[in-house]
Amino acid sequence: MSKIVRTVANQLILFIFIFGLYIIIHGHITPGGGFQGGAVIASGAALMIVAFGSSRIQKGIKEKHLSILESSGAVIFIGLAFAGLAAAGVFFFNTLIGSPVFGHTPPTGPNPGDIWTGGIIPLMNVAVGLKVFAGLSAIILVMALASSGEEVEE
Amino acid sequence: MNFLTSNSSILIIAIPLLAAFLVPLISKASAKGRNIFVVVVTVFVGILVAILAKDVYANGAHIYTLGAALPDITLPRGYIVPVRIILEVDGMSIFMGIVTAIVSLAAVVYSLSFMKRETGQDKFYTLFLLMMVGMFGLEFTGDLFNLFVFLEILSISGAALAAFRTRFGDTVEGGFKYLSISAIAALMVLFAIALLYAQYGLLNIGALAAVIQFTSLDKLALALMAIAFAIKLGAVPLHMWVPDTYTVAPASITIMLMAASQACLYALFRIGFTLYGGTTGTISMGWIVIILGVLSMFVGVTMAIPQTDIKRLMAYHSVSQIGYMLLGVGVGLAVLGDTAALNAYGRQAMSGGIFHIINYALYKGLLFLTAGALFYRLGTRDLNKMGGLARNMKFTTIFFIIGALAISGIPPFNGFASKFLIYESVYQFSPILSIIAMLVSIITLASFTKVFQAAFTGPALPQHKDVKEAPRSMLIGMGILAVVIIFFSLCPGLIVDNIVQPAVDALINQGAYINGIMGGGL
Amino acid sequence: MGSLLNFPFLAAVILAGIALYILIFKKNMIKFIMGIALLEASVNLFFVALGYREGGGAPIYTNSPAGIMVLPVPQALVLTSIVIGVSILALMLSMAIRTYRHTGNIDTEKSRRMKG
Repeated sequence: MSKIVRTVANQLILFIFIFGLYIIIHGHITPGGGFQGGAVIASGAALMIVAFGSSRIQKGIKEKHLSILESSGAVIFIGLAFAGLAAAGVFFFNTLIGSPVFGHTPPTGPNPGDIWTGGIIPLMNVAVGLKVFAGLSAIILVMALASSGEEVEE
Repeated sequence: MNFLTSNSSILIIAIPLLAAFLVPLISKASAKGRNIFVVVVTVFVGILVAILAKDVYANGAHIYTLGAALPDITLPRGYIVPVRIILEVDGMSIFMGIVTAIVSLAAVVYSLSFMKRETGQDKFYTLFLLMMVGMFGLEFTGDLFNLFVFLEILSISGAALAAFRTRFGDTVEGGFKYLSISAIAALMVLFAIALLYAQYGLLNIGALAAVIQFTSLDKLALALMAIAFAIKLGAVPLHMWVPDTYTVAPASITIMLMAASQACLYALFRIGFTLYGGTTGTISMGWIVIILGVLSMFVGVTMAIPQTDIKRLMAYHSVSQIGYMLLGVGVGLAVLGDTAALNAYGRQAMSGGIFHIINYALYKGLLFLTAGALFYRLGTRDLNKMGGLARNMKFTTIFFIIGALAISGIPPFNGFASKFLIYESVYQFSPILSIIAMLVSIITLASFTKVFQAAFTGPALPQHKDVKEAPRSMLIGMGILAVVIIFFSLCPGLIVDNIVQPAVDALINQGAYINGIMGGGL
Repeated sequence: MGSLLNFPFLAAVILAGIALYILIFKKNMIKFIMGIALLEASVNLFFVALGYREGGGAPIYTNSPAGIMVLPVPQALVLTSIVIGVSILALMLSMAIRTYRHTGNIDTEKSRRMKG
C-alpha cells in the first residue's frame, strides 16, 4: 500500500489497541466484553496486514505464535472455571466474590459503575479477548497469505 | 458422594476441553509426550464415564448446576424457573456417553499410527478432543441453547477433521459438504429455539417440557428440529453427505463422525420423548420416525450393493443401519400414549432400537477401521484393486469377519440380539415393517460377503504380494472394539437389563426428567 | 407504531428467502458461503428482535437512564451464535481456497469428484 496508508496505519494502530483493551477490561460493566474487544484488536491486526502486506507481517508474527497465544487464552479461561471447582466444589463457581479483587457487591439500579465488581468475569473477559484476538488474527493472516499465493502450512 | 462422583459429569466435558488447548503447548515440547497425553486423557475420561454410569444406575439422574453454590441447586432462591446452565445425565444420556467413550478410545489409539504420516498432528488431536467435548456436551446437557453450542462445536471440529488430509484432493469436498449441512441444520435448531424462547422464555429442556402447550409455533419448532437432526444423522432422504464425508475422512474420524451422528440421534429422541413427550404430537412424530427409518434401511442397502469403493459401501450400510434404530425407537414413540401397547411391544421395540445404537457403533466402527487399515497399507479403497489379503493381514481379516458377521445379524453376535428384539416387537406393531427389516438384513449379509470375497480371498494381486499387517496401534484400536463386540455377543441379556433398560425407562419417563430440574430448588 | 415493531421480523423473512434462493440455485462456492452467512444473519436478527421492547434502553445499569430495558438474554445468545458463525465462515472459506488450489475451480458442479 502507499506511504500515506502505512503512515496513518502506524499512528492509528495504537488507538485501536487501546480502544480494544478498554472494551475488554470494561466488559462487565459497559457494552462489550472479551469477544468484542478481541475483534477490535484483531481489526487492528487486519489493518496492519492490509497496509504492510501479509508476507512482511509474517516475518514479525508467525501464525504458530498466535496459535500458542490462542491456546493460552483458552487454557486460562478453563483454568478459571476449574478454580471454582477447586475452591468451592462447583465448576464455574465465582470464587472471587467478596474478595477485595473484583469482589465488590455491584450497586443495584442505575449507577455510574464500579470496575471492581464481577468476580472472575473480568478475568474471563481478558482470557477470551486474548483468544479471540489471536484466533481472528491468525485466520486473517493465514487467509491473506493463502490468497496472495503463498503456500502455508495449516 | 466423593469429589469425582459428584463432579464427574462436568469433568467429562471440561477435561477434554482443557486438554484440547494444552495439546498445542505440549506438542512444542515433544510429539511423543503429546500422544501419550491424549491417550491418557481419553482413558481418564473413559474412567469418569464409568464412575458416572455407576452413580446414575444407583441413584437416578445426575444433576449438575454450573456456577451454583452446590451442584444440585437448580433453582436459585426466589426463582421459579432455572436460570443457570444445568447438566442432566439420566439413563439415556449415560448410555450415549458409554458409546462415545468406547468409540473415542478406539479412535484415538488407532490414530496414533494412522495419522503418523500427516503434518500438523497437534491440530488433529486438538480437534479430536474438541469433538469429544461436543459429543459429551450434546449428550449430557439439559439446556437447549447449550445443545446448539455443542452441536456447532461438534460440526466445526468434525468438518475440519474430515477434510484434514488435504494432500488428497477429495477430502475438502467431503468436509465442505459436512460443514454446509451442519451449518444449515444448526441454524434450523437455533430458529426452533428462538420460537420456543419467544413463547415460554425458557431454555431448559426439563422446564420447557413442563409448560409446553403444543401450539402451532411449537409444531413448527418440532418440525425444524426433527428435520435438522434427521439431516445430521443422515436419514434418507437427507443422507447425501454421508457417503461423501465418511469416504474421505480418515478412518478414525469416520468412526467419530458416526458416533457424532448417534449423538444427534440422541438429541432427536430427547426432543421427541422428553420435550414433546407430554403432548399429542408423539403419534405423528413416531410415524415420521418409522417412515424415515424404513426408507433409510431400504435405500441405504440398495445403494450399497453397486459400490466398489469399500468405505463408500460401508457408509451406505451406515445409512441402512440407522434405519433399524429409527424403526425400533419410532415404534416406541408412536405407542407412547397407549400404555397397553407400550407394555406389550413398545418397550421391547425401544430396547431393540437403543441396543442397536451401541452395537452399530461397535461393529460399524470395527469395519471402518479395517477399511482404514486396508487403505493405509494399499493406498486404495477400490475393491477391484484388492484380493487375497487374508494371507498377509491375518488380524485385519479376523476383525473384518467379526464385524461383517455382527452387522449381518448372524446369531451368536450382538447384531443379532438387537435385530431380533426389533423384528419380534415390530412384528406385533406391523408385520410388513418387520419383514422389510429382515430382508434388509439378508441383503446386508450378501453385500459383505461380496466385500470379503473381493478383498480377502482369491489370488493375491502382484502389486500386493508383500503387503504387511497393519501397525500395532491400529490393531489395538480394532482389538478394543472387537473385544467389546465379543463380550456383548456372549451376554446380551446382561447388557439389555443393566444398560439398555435404564435408557428406555429414562426416555419413557418424562416426569422424572422434569422433576430433576424443577424439584431441585431450595 | 405497533406495526413498526414487526419490521425486523419481515427483514428476517426476506433475508432467509434470499439465503434459501442462493443455497438452492447458486453453484459458486463463495456465493454458497454468502448464502449461509445470510441465513445466519436472518436467524440472528429474528432472535435478537424477540427481546426488543419499544423504547427500551440497553440492559446495562452503568449510567443507564431511568425506564424500561430490552431483554438481555437473546442478545447474549445471539452473540454466541455470531461467534460460532464467524468460525464456520472462516473454515468454509479456507476450504474454498483449498478446493481452488486442487481443482482450479470453485464451481460446485465442476470441482466435484464424488458421484453415486
